[in-house]
Amino acid sequence: MTLFSLTPEEWEAVRLSLKVASVAMVASLPVGIAVAWLLARREFWGKSLLNGVVHLPLVMPPVVTGYLLLLTFGTKGPIGSFLAQFGIIFAFRWTGAALACAVMGFPLMVRAIRLSIEAVDTRLEAASSTLGANALWVFFTVTLPLTIPGIIAGMILCFAKAMGEFGATITFVSNIPGETQTLPTAIYTLTQVPGGDAGALKLTAISIAISLGALLISEILARRAVQRIAA
Amino acid sequence: MSLSVAVRHRLGSLDLDVAFESAGGITAVFGASGCGKTSLVNVIAGLIRPNFARISVGDTVLVDTEHGIFMPAHRRRIGYVFQEARLFPHLTVEGNLAYGEWFTPKSQRYAARGPILELLGIGNLLKRRPRDLSGGEKQRVAIGRALLASPRLLLMDEPLASLDASRKAEIMPYLERLRDEVKIPIVYVSHSVAEVLRLASDVAVLAQGKLAAFGPAAEIAQRLDLVPAEEREEGGAIIDMKVASHDAEFGLTRLASAAGDIHVPGRIGPEGTPARVRIRARDVMLALAEPTHISALNVLRGTVAAISPADAYSVNVRLDCGGAAVVARITRHSAAALKLAPGTPAFAVVKAVSVSGPAAEPR
Repeated sequence: MTLFSLTPEEWEAVRLSLKVASVAMVASLPVGIAVAWLLARREFWGKSLLNGVVHLPLVMPPVVTGYLLLLTFGTKGPIGSFLAQFGIIFAFRWTGAALACAVMGFPLMVRAIRLSIEAVDTRLEAASSTLGANALWVFFTVTLPLTIPGIIAGMILCFAKAMGEFGATITFVSNIPGETQTLPTAIYTLTQVPGGDAGALKLTAISIAISLGALLISEILARRAVQRIAA
Repeated sequence: MSLSVAVRHRLGSLDLDVAFESAGGITAVFGASGCGKTSLVNVIAGLIRPNFARISVGDTVLVDTEHGIFMPAHRRRIGYVFQEARLFPHLTVEGNLAYGEWFTPKSQRYAARGPILELLGIGNLLKRRPRDLSGGEKQRVAIGRALLASPRLLLMDEPLASLDASRKAEIMPYLERLRDEVKIPIVYVSHSVAEVLRLASDVAVLAQGKLAAFGPAAEIAQRLDLVPAEEREEGGAIIDMKVASHDAEFGLTRLASAAGDIHVPGRIGPEGTPARVRIRARDVMLALAEPTHISALNVLRGTVAAISPADAYSVNVRLDCGGAAVVARITRHSAAALKLAPGTPAFAVVKAVSVSGPAAEPR
């Protein structure tokens, strides 16, 4: 057995992890940008509360987050049972793993994007409005393009967090091979069985490679974006 | 098109209370730093929601707090040229220019790109990024961007303040052409006497948020008391003249007006071109008899209209020269020696090289 020959189960874990992390990253992006913008640019009642709720998954034990997700999005939970009527089920599905990863990665994503929006010169936004752009156009033609480095950073942080997410995932959607078994849970399982060390090591190497690769790509993209918008 | 402004607004410790009407042309808003100039233009632009305001351009009411009218900034169609250019760093020069154009409804567009690029000399910069432009180029692109949005009104907030002297000199001719060729009212904020007197048709002088004086530039120019002490040397008279003839041999241009002829160095425009000259009070010499055999080329005949004290040692003598005013700063001693009084006929002597005229054409 060479280092790069994986069993079908191990391949499945790699494939599933990439899918879960990508979906978590892409699906939370619009919400992340909206929340980051609200926190960066608007004053409203309950802003501190929103900020706190967004950051909760960062400070709570992941198991607690996972359990709360199970309580609300489980088949018997208030939101879970409501969504189940439309055939949207999270509990013990890969979609649930994506939801758990998105929730865990969300604070990191929002922080990065928020910082980036705060760094956008509001005087440019004012200039844009005097040229005829309403609030929405100002956002899409000035704020958003100038925030792209922060958005890339936020996406990569979210992706990396999702690739490594363990506690909330295993609590919410368990560890079902082929459905919810991602790289971390697969590694954990392999370390629990006799003779699983070789497999755990291979998946660990793959995990490191993916993380490094993601980091590298984000560096390149961010550098390009920064060069493009540098004043 | 006319511009009518009345604003009362409290901003921090500053009580802004300004009202003026202008028939068009360039209205300069002049005053020291912190007197509320920028706040005033921000109210006009719609970037500040004022406590009380009534502002209209032509027939369009931009804001009327008493009737609950507040047109948001993006619907005012006001070209705003900021002190720091504020070009969008993620767009090329072309993208920046197209930005405002794109938001202006087709039926409202009057600005054509070709003439504006030519007017501002920016046609060769289109593919460049704002970061690759010099300060003067940035400011010209910013002016172009504002104009291409086909604005009803152009606001310029110290567009030259961030530039060094040679860049200022580079842009000034473009601003003069702008004044003469663009038919919309322009509000030009500045704390520089030289800029204001060279460009403005009307001047609003602000002090601590209040309107200290408002009137035609030629009148305000003589009010040396309105000029801050450090710039008092720049004060004097401005006379709007026309190019009468050129002297090719010596490279002079003769300008004519009711006040008489004035020669300035360099070649300025074709015959008939409007040309404003500024004659600093400290550069004017007075004589009771027409002087001959002197090097100064410009001798204007007039009568003393008023004498006012300038400081402990000198007085400002206002001479009425065929309807135009020339101000001379002379010592109290000289005024007494010449027995100057209102009604005394006198000659104002000005060297051609000390007259500030429009930029001469490059040789």
